[in-house]
Amino acid sequence: MTRFLLRRLAQSLVLLWLVSVIGFAVLHLAPGGPLAEFTLIPGMTTAQLKLIAHQMGLDRPLPVQYWEWFRRMLAGNWGRSYRDSQPVLYVIAAHLWPTLELMVSSTVIAILLGTWVGVLGAIRRYSVFDYLATVGAMIALSIPTFWFGLVVIYIFSVKLAWLPAGNLYTIGNGSFLDYAVHLISPSIVLALVTIAIWSRYLRASMLEVVNQDYIRTARAKGVPEQTILFRHTIRNALLPMITIAGLQLPTLLSGALVTETVFTWPGMGRLFLDSIGYRDYPVVMGILMFSAVLVLLGNLAADLLYAAADPRIRLD
Amino acid sequence: MTDDARADFGCFPRMVHGGISRRRLLGASAAVGASGLFLPAAARAASKPPAHPTGHMTIGFSQEPTVFNPLMPHIEVDQGVHWNLFSPLWLANEKGELVPQLAAEVPTIANGGISKDGLSWRVKLRPDVKWHDGQPFSAKDVKFSFDLLNNPKFRAWSRGGYELMRNIKVESPTEITWTMAKPYAPMISILCWTFMVPEHILGKAADPNTSSFNQAPVGTGAFMWKQRVPGDHITLEANPHYFGTGPYLQEIVFKYIPDLTVMFTQFQTGAIDYIGLQGITADHYAQAKKLKYRTVVVGPAPFVESIMMNLSKPQFADQAVREALYYGMDNKTIVEQIYYGLPKLTSSYLPTQSWAYNPHVAPHVYDPAKAKSILDAAGWKPGSGGIREKNGVRLSFQNSTTAGNHVREQAQQLLQQNWQDIGVDMKIKNMPPAVIWGDYFNMSHYDTVMVGEDFMTGPDPDVSQFFLSAAIPAKGGAGQNTMEYSNAEVDKLLQEGASTFDHATRQKDYWKAAEIIRHDLPLLPIFQYATIEGTKKNLMGYEPSVYVSTNTWNVNTWYWAT
Repeated sequence: MTRFLLRRLAQSLVLLWLVSVIGFAVLHLAPGGPLAEFTLIPGMTTAQLKLIAHQMGLDRPLPVQYWEWFRRMLAGNWGRSYRDSQPVLYVIAAHLWPTLELMVSSTVIAILLGTWVGVLGAIRRYSVFDYLATVGAMIALSIPTFWFGLVVIYIFSVKLAWLPAGNLYTIGNGSFLDYAVHLISPSIVLALVTIAIWSRYLRASMLEVVNQDYIRTARAKGVPEQTILFRHTIRNALLPMITIAGLQLPTLLSGALVTETVFTWPGMGRLFLDSIGYRDYPVVMGILMFSAVLVLLGNLAADLLYAAADPRIRLD
Repeated sequence: MTDDARADFGCFPRMVHGGISRRRLLGASAAVGASGLFLPAAARAASKPPAHPTGHMTIGFSQEPTVFNPLMPHIEVDQGVHWNLFSPLWLANEKGELVPQLAAEVPTIANGGISKDGLSWRVKLRPDVKWHDGQPFSAKDVKFSFDLLNNPKFRAWSRGGYELMRNIKVESPTEITWTMAKPYAPMISILCWTFMVPEHILGKAADPNTSSFNQAPVGTGAFMWKQRVPGDHITLEANPHYFGTGPYLQEIVFKYIPDLTVMFTQFQTGAIDYIGLQGITADHYAQAKKLKYRTVVVGPAPFVESIMMNLSKPQFADQAVREALYYGMDNKTIVEQIYYGLPKLTSSYLPTQSWAYNPHVAPHVYDPAKAKSILDAAGWKPGSGGIREKNGVRLSFQNSTTAGNHVREQAQQLLQQNWQDIGVDMKIKNMPPAVIWGDYFNMSHYDTVMVGEDFMTGPDPDVSQFFLSAAIPAKGGAGQNTMEYSNAEVDKLLQEGASTFDHATRQKDYWKAAEIIRHDLPLLPIFQYATIEGTKKNLMGYEPSVYVSTNTWNVNTWYWAT
C-alpha cells in the first residue's frame, strides 16, 4: 500500500510538472496578452505600454518567465492577479466557496434522484417508467444549459416571482434562508444533466449485475427480492460509480461555466473564463495547477475507495 | 462661471453651434421612441431628496471593476466606481459646463488662474475637504498625485498632459501652482478625469503599484469603500463628511453581471436598480420600454462606430478607394435594421454634442453606382471573380472586430454584401479582445477593424492622438494613430488647436481638420452610439452625459423618490 502511494505520488509530481510546462507555453504563446485592455485607454502611448510590460515582467524571454513563476510557486507564492493585484490563492479561494456550495447541493440532488431513477429503471426494465426515464435523460442531455437556465428564470423569477433571478444572496441580507433560496434554481439546472448521466450509468451497471451468477444463486436460495436488491445488486452496481464519482471531483470544483453565467454566480468557472479572456496569466496558471491536482487526487481517491469497497481489488 | 470665462479658455461653451444639444437629442428620441421613453430626472415629477442618506441601490455592470487606484491603468467600468470614491479638481457636467469639485474655482485666463500665454497655472482649493479616514485634503495631495503620474516607476494610466507639467509647487494648503512646458488647452479637460489620491497613505507605500491602498481605497468622494466580493460585487457606503451635494443614498452596490441578457433579466425582476455601462441591448429595447415601474433612457454616448483602415496597406493607399468604400456602405440599413434605429448616423469622429463638431461636414451618402464610377475612373478594374484590381493589388481585405458581438457581426455581413456589389472583397476574421486590441491593432497589423471609439481627449475635442502623424505607434510614435494617417495640414491644425486657449481659433482649426479628414477618409464613420440605460422609476438623479465614459459620475445626487 505504501509502495503504491509512493509510486503514485512520484508519477503525479512528474505529471504536474508537465502540465505546468505545457500550460505555461500554450498560454503565453497564444496570441494576445494582458496589455490589450489598456491599448484603448485614451492617451495610452506605446512607450507607456512598453513600460507597463516591463514592470509586469512580460518583456523577458519565456523560459525566464517560466522559471520565475516555477521557483516562486515552489516557495508557495502563486503570484498576483494582473486584474486586481490580489494573491492568486486568495482569488481562487474567493471563487471556490460559491462553486463548492452550488456543486455540493446539485450533486446531492443528482445522486439521490439519479440513483433512484437508475435503480428503478433497471429493476423495471422496459416499463413505462423506464421508457420515460430514457427519453427524459436524452432530453436533459440535449437541452442547452444556457437556454434551460433562462427558461427557469423566466418562469420562476420573472413570471411567478417565486425564486430570485440568480445571484449568490441578496446583498445586505445573507441569512441562511436567503442563501438556500438562491441555491434552488441553479442547483436544479446544474443537477439535471448529472441526474441523466448518473441514472444511465447506474441502470447499465445494475443490469449487468442482475445477470450475474451470484444473483441467480441468491434467488435460487430463496433470498427475498428486497434483500437481493439492497444487499447484492445495488452494492455491486455502485462499484463502477466510484470511478465516475472520482472523475467528477475536478468538475465539481472547477465550476460550471454556463450555469454560473446565467445565474450570476461568482464561481470558479466564471473566474477561469474571465481570466482567460483577460490573459491574466498568474490566475489561469493557478487554476490550471489547482485543477490538475484535483484530477490526480480524484483518481487516487477513486482507486483507494475501490480497493476498500471491493475485496477483490488489491493495490500492490 | 460666466460664459465669457468659458469662451476664454476655449472649452465647453454652453450651446453647441448649430448642432443639437443633449437635451434636444433626448427630446427628439422621446418623440420617436413613444411611451416607454422618459426624460431624465430633471424633467420627472419633482420630489425632494431625503435629509439623510437613505436606502441602497444596486448598479448592474457587464464588466467587473478591478482597479481602484484611479491613477493606475483602468477601463471605463473602473472609472464608474472611481467617480464615487474620489474627486477630480473639477468635472464637466452633462451640459459640458465645468463645475469645481476639489478646486474652489475653475482656473481661466479671465480669473487669473491661467496666465495669458497659457503656461502658468494657479489652482485654489477648497479648505473644507477631508479624506475618508478624516485626514484633511490639501495641495500636498494634488502635488503628490501629479508627481505620481510622472513617476517612471509608477504604472500610470496616462501621462498625456501631465508630462508637460513643471515646477509643481504647494503655495499653501489651499493653493498649488505649476508651469506647462508648452501651452496645452486640453489640460483643463484631462484634469476633469484626474482623481486625486492621498499623499498620507500612498506616499508611505514602499511601492505604490502594489500598495494595499489599491484594494482598500481612501478618497474624498461621496461614498466610502466598504467591501468587495471578487467576481461578484463592490459595496460603497455614504460619506457623511462629503464636501459636495449629497450623498442621498446610504449604500451603493456595483454588481458584476457578465452576460447582457442575464443583466436585462435582473433589471426586469428588480434585482438591479440601474442598468449601466453596456446597458440594455438594442434588441431588448422594445421589451424594456414596456416594463412597468422602469424608466428607460436613450442617451448619447461619446463613442463613434467606424471602419478604421490601415493606410499602410496597398489596398487603402488610394483616396479614391476609401471614398468609394464609403459610398458603397449602406449605413442607414445598419442603423435601422441592425441597431433598431437607436444610434445616430454620422460622418464625423466627434459626437454631435461636442462644441468642436462641424455640422457642415458632408453627410454620408449611400450610392453604389457612384462608388463604382469612382473606382472605374481611378483605374480599379474588375479582375478574377469580379474583384477589382489595379497594378497587381486586389481590392480584397480582412475586417476584424471583437469576436462574439453578434450585432456587430450582422453589420459586418451587411457591409461584406455592400462591398461585394461594387467589386470589393471583404473577409471577416474576428478575434477575442485580448488578441485584437493587442499588437494586432496597436502596431497596425490589421487591414480594417470595426470599432466604437471615443476619439476625444477626456471631454476635450482634441483628437491629436488618433490623427497626428507623430502619433503612429507602428512608427515609434506616442499615440493611437494605428490607421497610420498622415496629413501635414491636419498636423498643423491639430497642434495649433491644442496649443491655443482661444475658443474661436480652436473651433476654426477643428472644423477645418474635420473637413480634411472627411475628404481623406482614413476611417469610415457609421454612427454615434446611443446608450440605452434604465432605472427603477422612482430612482431620481440619473443623467447620461457624453463627457464621461460611465454614467455613474453623479450618483451623489441620486435618491429614491418617496
